[in-house]
Amino acid sequence: MNANPSEMKSAVQREKKLGLATRDAYGQVLVELGKADPRIVAVDADLSKSTKSGLFGKAFPDRFFNCGIAEANMVSVAAGLASCGKIPFASSFASFLLCKSFDQLRMSVANPSLNVKIVGSHGGISLGEDGASQQSVEDFALACALPKFTVLSPADEISCRALVRLAAEHVGPVYIRTGRPKAPIIYTGSEHFQLGRANKIAAGEDVTIIANGLLVWEALVASDICRERGISVAVLDLHTLKPIDEAAVIAAAEETGAIVTAEEHLLSGGVASRVAQVVAEHHPVPMASIGIADTYAESGTPTELMEKYGLTAKQIVQAVESVLKRKK
Amino acid sequence: MENGTIEQLQKKATLLRRDIVEMITAAASGHPGGSLSAVDLITALYFKLLRHKPSDPEWADRDRFILSKGHGAPALYAALARTGYFPVEALKTLRKLGSPLQGHPEKGKLAGVEASTGSLGQGVSIGAGMALAGRLDRKDYRVYVLMGDGEANEGQVWEAAMFAAHYKIDHLTVILDCNRQQLDGWTTEILDIEPLADKWRAFGWHVIDFDGHDFGQILNAFDEAQRTVGKPTLLLARTTKGKGVSFMENNLEFHGVAPTTDQLQASLKELDR
Repeated sequence: MNANPSEMKSAVQREKKLGLATRDAYGQVLVELGKADPRIVAVDADLSKSTKSGLFGKAFPDRFFNCGIAEANMVSVAAGLASCGKIPFASSFASFLLCKSFDQLRMSVANPSLNVKIVGSHGGISLGEDGASQQSVEDFALACALPKFTVLSPADEISCRALVRLAAEHVGPVYIRTGRPKAPIIYTGSEHFQLGRANKIAAGEDVTIIANGLLVWEALVASDICRERGISVAVLDLHTLKPIDEAAVIAAAEETGAIVTAEEHLLSGGVASRVAQVVAEHHPVPMASIGIADTYAESGTPTELMEKYGLTAKQIVQAVESVLKRKK
Repeated sequence: MENGTIEQLQKKATLLRRDIVEMITAAASGHPGGSLSAVDLITALYFKLLRHKPSDPEWADRDRFILSKGHGAPALYAALARTGYFPVEALKTLRKLGSPLQGHPEKGKLAGVEASTGSLGQGVSIGAGMALAGRLDRKDYRVYVLMGDGEANEGQVWEAAMFAAHYKIDHLTVILDCNRQQLDGWTTEILDIEPLADKWRAFGWHVIDFDGHDFGQILNAFDEAQRTVGKPTLLLARTTKGKGVSFMENNLEFHGVAPTTDQLQASLKELDR
């Protein structure tokens, strides 16, 4: 680090190195998993070019079943495959997978707690121009409502690879959200990942930002801006929404006394709701939440949408400042 | 019972019918009509056709049976008990707190139950997945799915029909218990699903249309299904709701209502004849 403050990286200059989209990382790691374990199979609903499960289909055509545009059937077929010892990965857009086949996720998969991995791509609103029908803003709420499900939201390609591998090793149903746009690199590859354990990626004393997905990068940028303003901010990557890392959330509340959550999802049923439940029960502190208000979004470029719906570092900084005013 | 004669199967079916009316009466709730219509088909499967080991329910090479019309659970439970999966005494615990005999079948709660069903329309899809797994593992087990005719209202059934035909899943046999009634009335009045045989044929299935209470026809149909290569088979079993108890036959009242103790006695008397 340069000793001359005038030459130190300002927040807006934090080096933004774009990596692969998490959907691309998923497709690649699925092929690697398929090489190592013949039990891995994949199903898709005519979106395999977009979800990237098509890479697996090319590598292992006999273990890939395109179900056509029929998500409900696909999820129950995956359940049948899992009940006979396969490890099926079922991919489609997050919005269709969770919304169209929720009953199938509930009865075919969650009720018997089958070893099915559900991968919803194009999560959130950052897929952009296709508009509200394709954007999933409620997938975490729905996935977290399914008993026995583990719910994952990787922030970059490195965490995506690690989490998909862990999901494959975990015996039980898992939901993984992946994204369409290239994601800024957060991790180096040397970090340890564990399902159900949040990663602390910045230390701070005044407030903790708890984020997942693309908002993790925005949280880091926000923490830099705050630091320039004399506010010391910790950042927690809550890549596992369920089971939530209660210990890490409680520690954040105890150590910093204020929490800001940030997510590319409705404010209801995702990071904000789940963190608030832990905080309220174990160590109440002031909270503020960044997320999509009670609405569907619209068409636009990913950048325009993230700005319009308030999912940027700027809004996170405002939330930090507001929550600090309420901190005793 | 490898060599179940038709007479022996008829006796077993009567035994299961007695179990069904007794357990539903004891539970004071349940679905007698659709359980009784499916009994002969389930009897043929469990006492004659299925390769299974009740003492080893997870045997990897077993044939799979899915009761997609989950409200027919009493018929399945009776067959499982009478083939030795669990003591017959346990049938009395149907729908009681803590019992593995849930109101609708749940995989993981009771040995021999292959899928959680009761939300209609999912069984054919699950069965297709099981059959594909068997194909990948080069196993020759067969998968049987029993569904209702009202259940064919569900769109997922037709997604699964397309899927199974596309992938030529010939180890999958779907038995359609066509008792012509659903909860709110006759299927032709609620949402007409006929012509069923034509529809399944159009979806690429081999269809056999037969009397679902005639064991000779039932066994012939299963035999034909086993010999069918390159496409899945739909057994269109024409049945009578409440079959075997005269006052329940074709009587919508007994779709989802338990018999009284008097009605139970009358049922048992009839079944004893």
